[in-house]
Amino acid sequence: MSAPPPLLEVRDLVKHFPVRANPLAALWPAATRRVVHAVDGVSFAIEAGETLGLVGESGCGKTTTGRLVLRAIEPTRGRIIFEGQDITALPASQLLPFRRKVQIVFQDPYSSLNPRMTVGQMVAEPIRVHRIAAGPEVESRVRALLDMVGLSPEYFRRYPHELSGGQRQRVGIARALAVGPRLVVADEAVSALDVSVRAQILNLLVELRERLGLAYLFVSHDLGVIRFVSHRVAVMYLGKLVEVASTGALFKQPLHPYTQALLAAIPAVGDGETSIFDDPTRLLEGELPNPIDLPRGCRFASRCPHRMARCDEAEPVLREAAPGHAVACYLYA
Amino acid sequence: MTGSEPVLDVRDLTVEFSSEDGPLRAVDGVSFRIRRGEIVGLVGESGAGKSLTSEAIMGLIRRPPGRIAGEVWFGGRDLLTLDEPALARIRGKDIAMIFQNPSASLNPVFRVGDQMLEAMALHLPEPRAALRERVVETLGRVGISSPRARARDYPHQFSGGMAQRVMIGMGISCVPSLLIADEPTTALDVTIQAQVLALIRGLARELGVAVLLVSHDLGIISQMCHRVLVMYAGRVVEEASVATIFRAPAHPYTRGLIECLPRLHGNGRLGAIAGMMPGLRALPSGCRFHPRCPIAEPRCAAEAPALRPLATDRAAACHLAGVS
Amino acid sequence: MAQPLGAGGRSFDAEGVSVSQPTAAPADARGARVGVRRVWRRFARNPGAVFGLAVFLGIVAMAVLAPVLAPYDPLAQGVGKPLEGPTFAHWAGTDSFGRDIMSRIIYGARVALVVGLVAVALAMVIGVTLGLISGYYGGVVDVVIMRVMDGLFAFPIIILAIAMMAVMGFGVRNVIIAVAVGFIAPFARVTRGDVLAVKEEPYIEAARLAGVGSLAIIFRHVLPNVLAPIIVQGALRVSGAIITESGLSFLGLGPPPPTPAWGRMIAEGQTFIVMAPHVATIPGIALMLAIVALNLLGDGLRDTLDPRMRR
Repeated sequence: MSAPPPLLEVRDLVKHFPVRANPLAALWPAATRRVVHAVDGVSFAIEAGETLGLVGESGCGKTTTGRLVLRAIEPTRGRIIFEGQDITALPASQLLPFRRKVQIVFQDPYSSLNPRMTVGQMVAEPIRVHRIAAGPEVESRVRALLDMVGLSPEYFRRYPHELSGGQRQRVGIARALAVGPRLVVADEAVSALDVSVRAQILNLLVELRERLGLAYLFVSHDLGVIRFVSHRVAVMYLGKLVEVASTGALFKQPLHPYTQALLAAIPAVGDGETSIFDDPTRLLEGELPNPIDLPRGCRFASRCPHRMARCDEAEPVLREAAPGHAVACYLYA
Repeated sequence: MTGSEPVLDVRDLTVEFSSEDGPLRAVDGVSFRIRRGEIVGLVGESGAGKSLTSEAIMGLIRRPPGRIAGEVWFGGRDLLTLDEPALARIRGKDIAMIFQNPSASLNPVFRVGDQMLEAMALHLPEPRAALRERVVETLGRVGISSPRARARDYPHQFSGGMAQRVMIGMGISCVPSLLIADEPTTALDVTIQAQVLALIRGLARELGVAVLLVSHDLGIISQMCHRVLVMYAGRVVEEASVATIFRAPAHPYTRGLIECLPRLHGNGRLGAIAGMMPGLRALPSGCRFHPRCPIAEPRCAAEAPALRPLATDRAAACHLAGVS
Repeated sequence: MAQPLGAGGRSFDAEGVSVSQPTAAPADARGARVGVRRVWRRFARNPGAVFGLAVFLGIVAMAVLAPVLAPYDPLAQGVGKPLEGPTFAHWAGTDSFGRDIMSRIIYGARVALVVGLVAVALAMVIGVTLGLISGYYGGVVDVVIMRVMDGLFAFPIIILAIAMMAVMGFGVRNVIIAVAVGFIAPFARVTRGDVLAVKEEPYIEAARLAGVGSLAIIFRHVLPNVLAPIIVQGALRVSGAIITESGLSFLGLGPPPPTPAWGRMIAEGQTFIVMAPHVATIPGIALMLAIVALNLLGDGLRDTLDPRMRR
């Protein structure tokens, strides 16, 4: 009995951005071409209905990874396999069926909606493009979608500038769901929202996933949000995965020193007696290294409190340290 | 830690703007005090008026079109009555201010060290050579490695966290008595944020700087502040010590905010507050929070509750304060 | 607080469910229609713009109603004593052929407007299309189109128009083409600039990721969002087009005589500038009024539209 393939599988995904965006750069010898190692060999899988949280600080490559999965940008190397089919090299003309199954919700509610289109028009557009419905049925589908995200029918005719941030984000979600996707990439989907609105939208996303059997790739820098919404979590640092585990395991027993530092640095609501900021041992020293000129060994070594000689020689590989819990660190190898 | 006189004493601060729809009160009767070495937090969502409050204190709101009423006592004087030159002498020297986006405060075409030098020269009557040493010493104090070399760098060579530390450095170089930090770490990564916030906490603890910390992040407020004021639609709805307010919030809005946070245990539904903060043009009658309040009564729509003390050192603006 | 999902999946946490007061961000709750009224109110606050609009509409009325308004046939010679100054019978006097200048000015508005509006419209269509393609696709296409535009920019429009007329010959149609060619480049450049900015917005990427084709994106998503500055450019360029046409007809390259054209009327009046200054001056004043009005209108449009449309 073979298990069905995961909904999404990503193998050794690499994305390098040239430092000089010069069309003539191709003429330069490859060795001297400098690149930003945005994503540097990332592999993971998402099952149907599962939410994988992708977390890390700015510049770690999580947003780029999300874009790669959508094929919004082209990978430098690596493979993207969706529903068992390798879509990495599919030409644009054949991507349409894929675009129905994978959608995106953006971070900024203020620029992710076309200011010149009504809510109804925006949500209807994907339905028409993919010929899911036609004529009057389009409108009834749009209304059903708006209802599903908690917007009353009067919003059909409204323009984005009449809506609040939370309402716009709901429209964005409705638009993403219009084609009936199986995987939604949520790119910092709640980061730009106020605390109370954020909670509303997170609740909505969880309800929708339960109702529609959606899988999410939830990209965020906010560990609290990730913890709430994810089944599994993958931590990224400078283009590589450093730890992947189920949510419970990651938060209860973070293995990688970076994950530990990240968790220690988050200000959570405490008792008000002591402050984490009074304790210097919790602090991570130093700054992120340059993503262009990377060290030869482990990328985290320069800031790691457990640095050893091995760490500077070669990069550690992501491997299982406990069932379902993978780490890229010589402490566990 | 506590001195007798508060460093900053804000009384009934009100900020009003004219508009096509009539006068809009963005800040409505805000009062608080900050003592030496104390960190007071101003928390609220966007549109609550917290940034405007801190800008009004610093005299950064142009009037007209703004109209400011109330009193802001600092160093024995009411800042709201001072003219611009007098305020300029205080700003940067006795009151330091850091904002959300540090790179916006640094001129990209001048070296960082030179900018710091110019800022110090405005307030400190020392010769330039001495000031240059101060610059290096300040950079070191805020945790920037190789400060002498870094002083010769340009702002674009500094990351967000380092730039923010430069701003803090500039702020404290003249040893201010008050630091106003308006969302200082919102644009920074978590690990860098921790460094910057630890720095600010150290300033309060070791140098006795009074700090007004404006933030929407309850976690930061909880870990940084001694006392907290919760703002909603321009008004203060609750004030208490950090320990008290998170353990037993009195105002329904504060309670709602806390329950919105993804907690460390359980996955259920996040508590959420239905609706959104009203815009200034559509303020509800009576208590501004009543349309979204789970325990609202008819009285709440009729009569706006005043900020009443509930115990020593805590107050709430709610007819049903303490009722859960 | 949050209400649970009811049967049939009805809304929950619905900000959309009407509370006693709409708590949405302050903005029009009634959509585009009220938006137009607001735009008009802003526009109307600018006295110069309103004046410009009024004069422009006056000129349009003049041109359209010329047969009704003109007291005399503009081509009829000898309806009055030649070179007579303004009188009751002839408000603007007569020219050297005894033709009524007022009537000729009224009919001259037709030429000015037709050339001005049609040439600019033509230039707009071509220029905006080029700008859209250039900005959206980028790469080699962009480089080629923009260098051609740069070449066009380098030519003073009058010289270009003269050269084209020399090749194509006279006539109103050719004047329109010549003027239009001169104005393609500014439209292309303005459009391209805004397209470059709009292209990066997430909603464009959203459309692309939804599977919308490039052409649909360009015309349905990009174009409406770059329209505002284009309209402003259009209004401002009409005055330039009219000046160009007047310049051409002054040089004798405009619509052939005896068709009344303000520029040529000025040229004809040159000879008599000392004895009968009104022959050249009055058409000059008409031209000046038209230009000033159009410029004020254009500025007014820019002030009204630009900041608002930058949402």
